[in-house]
Amino acid sequence: MALLNKKDSKLILDPLADNNPITIQVLGICSALAITAELKASVVMALSVLFVLSAGNVVISLLRNIIPSKIRIIVQLVVVAALVIIVDQVLKAFAYELSKTLSVFVGLIITNCIIMGRFEAFALGNGPKKAFLDGIGNALGYGVILVIVGFFRELLGSGTLFGFKVLGDPVTKTGLYSIGYENNGFMIIPPAALIVVGIIIWVQRSRNRALIEEA
Amino acid sequence: MLEHLELFFKSIFVDNMVFAVFLGMCSYLAVSKKVSTAVGLGAAVIFVLGVTVPLNWLLDQYLLKDGALVWLGPEYADYDLGFLSFILFIATIATMVQLVEIVVEKFSPSLYNSLGIFLPLIAVNCAILGGSLFMQTREIPNIGLAFNYGISSGIGWFLAILAIAAIREKIRYSNVPAPLRGLGITFIITGLMGIGFQSFGGMLTGDNEPPEEATKATVKTEKIEKEKEIKEEIEDEEKAVSYNEAINK
Repeated sequence: MALLNKKDSKLILDPLADNNPITIQVLGICSALAITAELKASVVMALSVLFVLSAGNVVISLLRNIIPSKIRIIVQLVVVAALVIIVDQVLKAFAYELSKTLSVFVGLIITNCIIMGRFEAFALGNGPKKAFLDGIGNALGYGVILVIVGFFRELLGSGTLFGFKVLGDPVTKTGLYSIGYENNGFMIIPPAALIVVGIIIWVQRSRNRALIEEA
Repeated sequence: MLEHLELFFKSIFVDNMVFAVFLGMCSYLAVSKKVSTAVGLGAAVIFVLGVTVPLNWLLDQYLLKDGALVWLGPEYADYDLGFLSFILFIATIATMVQLVEIVVEKFSPSLYNSLGIFLPLIAVNCAILGGSLFMQTREIPNIGLAFNYGISSGIGWFLAILAIAAIREKIRYSNVPAPLRGLGITFIITGLMGIGFQSFGGMLTGDNEPPEEATKATVKTEKIEKEKEIKEEIEDEEKAVSYNEAINK
């Protein structure tokens, strides 16, 4: 962290744990859950959000003194939509299969509350460098949760990671399957993602009791 | 009529916005602490979905689709403006929400007071944009069905937020483990409700069709499969024809 002073590195590190956008700020859950059945999709989604959020934060922060506050939401939406179109076209060109799996959820990055939330809360009041770091930090915090959920759902649900059969082959009964292990089909269905995130929140809050909500 | 009914129940139960595709989760979690506010937001979502989905359907049909510009003249038939759909859809939604807000404020102050604070929130509710995007990928054939789709997915969302708000009001009296309180338990309850809603999955699919995987929005792959089937059928028929011809000879 030679390039960054303490304050700046805090901008990146804070959202990774104690101010995580998903588990603490409750932002950007919509897309986080639907595409995490596979690790690959989660990673691509996290990278897309990383690009959109960091670039968008910089753009908004550069424009912050020009945007009239009454129409700022529309300006923000246009900036995000333009960035998301870039991501979508790149995915369609270089990873067509994956873009089909992600389907509408790439488009839904536009309305991902993380992005609007960070624009409103940070980029409108801070300079471009800080805004960039804040974007990176929050997108990483989002990505970490996505990857954790994707990891467990793919490992327990299909016995694979990135499509590699890490637990052996369920058909020919090799590896773990030879001693009677079964895939948990429950992890594949969409509601499992909610429960996994619920458990992550549980673990995080029992480790850091300051985060517990008042009843 | 039958297809309207089918789409109606399917969008409410099988493809429920919250439980099957997790759209609008942010406001679903943030505004579900009390039943009365949840009802207000839910009603606003139904309303805005009912307006924006048919509008975006028109945009898609006459502006964005591959070859949609043909009404301007034959030389425009090759244009595919599909890549613009995100920006146009979100612009429609943002302007419609503004417009609805102004109209409601002018003509029905009482409704405005109950919905008012939620309307601006709705522009960035993923359920609204999601409704339009799903309308596009599922290739809904006409504007009546698009309207139906908007309204019924709105009703599905309304039911979901109503249910969770009622549960959250009751759960205050329960002894939830401290780290799970608030957000954590809401996630888990929503997950359980989602599993419950999965049981609607078999309701409208025929005997031979596999249950739909709502997460992946398999519409496109299904289409490809259907095309394959049709091709195979055609090939079979061709084989049969040539076989018959051979016999006749």
